[in-house]
Amino acid sequence: MRGLTKKGPLCPKRLIILVIIFWALALCTDAHAAGQEPTVDSGDTTWILVSAALVMLMTPGLAFFYGGLVRRKNMLSVLMQCLMILCIVSLQWALLGYSLSFGPDKGSIIGGLEWLGLKGVGAGPNADYASTIPHQAFMMFQMMFAVITPALIIGAFAERMKFSSFCVFTLLWTTIVYDPVAHWVWGVGGFLRESGALDFAGGTVVHINAGMTALAAALVLGRRQGYPNDISPPHNLPLAVLGAALLWFGWFGFNAGSALSAGGLSVSAFTVTHLAAAAAGVTWALLDWLKHKKPTTLGMITGVVAGLVAITPASGFVTPMAAIWIGVGAGIFPWFVVTYIKTAFNYDDSLDAFGVHGIGGIWGAIATGIWASKAVNPAGADGLLYGNPMQIWIQIKAVIITIVYSFVVGFILLKLVDLVLKLRVSEHEERIGLDLTQHREGSYTLIS
Amino acid sequence: MKYIIGIIQPDRLDDVLKKLTEKEIHLATVSSVIGRGRQQGVAEVYRSHREPGNLLKKIKLEIAVNEDFVDKTINAIIDGARTGQIGDGKIFVLDLPECIRIRTGDIGNDAIG
Repeated sequence: MRGLTKKGPLCPKRLIILVIIFWALALCTDAHAAGQEPTVDSGDTTWILVSAALVMLMTPGLAFFYGGLVRRKNMLSVLMQCLMILCIVSLQWALLGYSLSFGPDKGSIIGGLEWLGLKGVGAGPNADYASTIPHQAFMMFQMMFAVITPALIIGAFAERMKFSSFCVFTLLWTTIVYDPVAHWVWGVGGFLRESGALDFAGGTVVHINAGMTALAAALVLGRRQGYPNDISPPHNLPLAVLGAALLWFGWFGFNAGSALSAGGLSVSAFTVTHLAAAAAGVTWALLDWLKHKKPTTLGMITGVVAGLVAITPASGFVTPMAAIWIGVGAGIFPWFVVTYIKTAFNYDDSLDAFGVHGIGGIWGAIATGIWASKAVNPAGADGLLYGNPMQIWIQIKAVIITIVYSFVVGFILLKLVDLVLKLRVSEHEERIGLDLTQHREGSYTLIS
Repeated sequence: MKYIIGIIQPDRLDDVLKKLTEKEIHLATVSSVIGRGRQQGVAEVYRSHREPGNLLKKIKLEIAVNEDFVDKTINAIIDGARTGQIGDGKIFVLDLPECIRIRTGDIGNDAIG
């Protein structure tokens, strides 16, 4: 079969050599944390470890959410992409990414290289980020965010991207887009953090960031063959429902874990996360019911995910009743974009990574500026409804900066990888499916 | 010998098999198939994208019989499968030149029972 074996610039030998060099480099700087004064709280540490594990589970959850939505011939390719991200971004994070994101600030733009290879990231707490848990627990919790963010983008280029190009793009994107943006918003000294922009658990860093590059990916890669009318429907909706349920479950770690402690704030984040998801699921189902005469299962779970996306930046700052409104908005805006805008502009955001995460994320960031309240979290700020209209403007500025950076740099990186390696599989390979052509496997046998 | 193919609604399978058993016709091969007839398919909606006229799920029965059983088989299928609604299905009857039982090597009418 054409294109199955190929010796490109990314042949396995060169990859292995590259990895070894990188690893050796990191080992040179490897060291254990010096003993810091132990003010670690066991309850907080327990919750963050559990939360990190919950967020880790979201990536396989996303794999099945996406996997159920593609055609049978591409099922494994999506699972493989998600799980491979879990592997390579985890390594990137330990070697380089954590230091770039959270390391000592350089010009408000990026973290320094002082924590390369997790140097000094050990059992003692780092008071800048979380004073009651080991620094390493914070690092692991953040790692899972770095992992799931590029995985979200898969939804835009599913069923047509070459696996080798995907690996290279993911590493580049994580290093050049995710790590800096995480620093701007969460890193001590990061300029968006200093501007007062609120993003409790990653609406900007994770969802707008992934959503905008997803749009760039849909545009750069182009439509799948046969899109929009000759693409078969989702091959296994029950798996997609299971995936969405795992995402919902994992999101408790994502948002409530972002309190970085076990107490009132984490409980509040837990509650609003759940209510927003519920409200958005109902809203999307109702809109489908109105427009298509039936409430669809896929619509309902899509709404749930959109609600979780939207509440993410707000989850540490809003009341339960505000969360319901944010959820309702998360049912409406992404639904509208997926239903009308995508069709009108005829781009193939295959699994609606932009529609759900980009739009849901933008709504959530702005909604945070509307409903945030110091009564919920004194460390936050008041929003429009609590007498501080300026907060919306601060939120919008952070949103615009992230949109532009993520879209433009994402676009350039995709073009670059395309130039060197080609992003897309051949027409022939696309027709046969990525499972067989990229991985020499099949998801399902017909008999036994 | 005839080879009888029945395309029926999935929910009628149990009834058809019962009627066949009553007529002492025990042999049948059943597969799950999709297809369409004059009624066209039903439009499905995925995130507001309409898939017009998707193929409908049907059951395909294949039964090989000797001449004595042809009418009985056809009647049993009709008895079990008919609801009077559009989409009840079709029966095709084909000539069957040969039949061999693998275990014994019997051929023709001896093999078909």
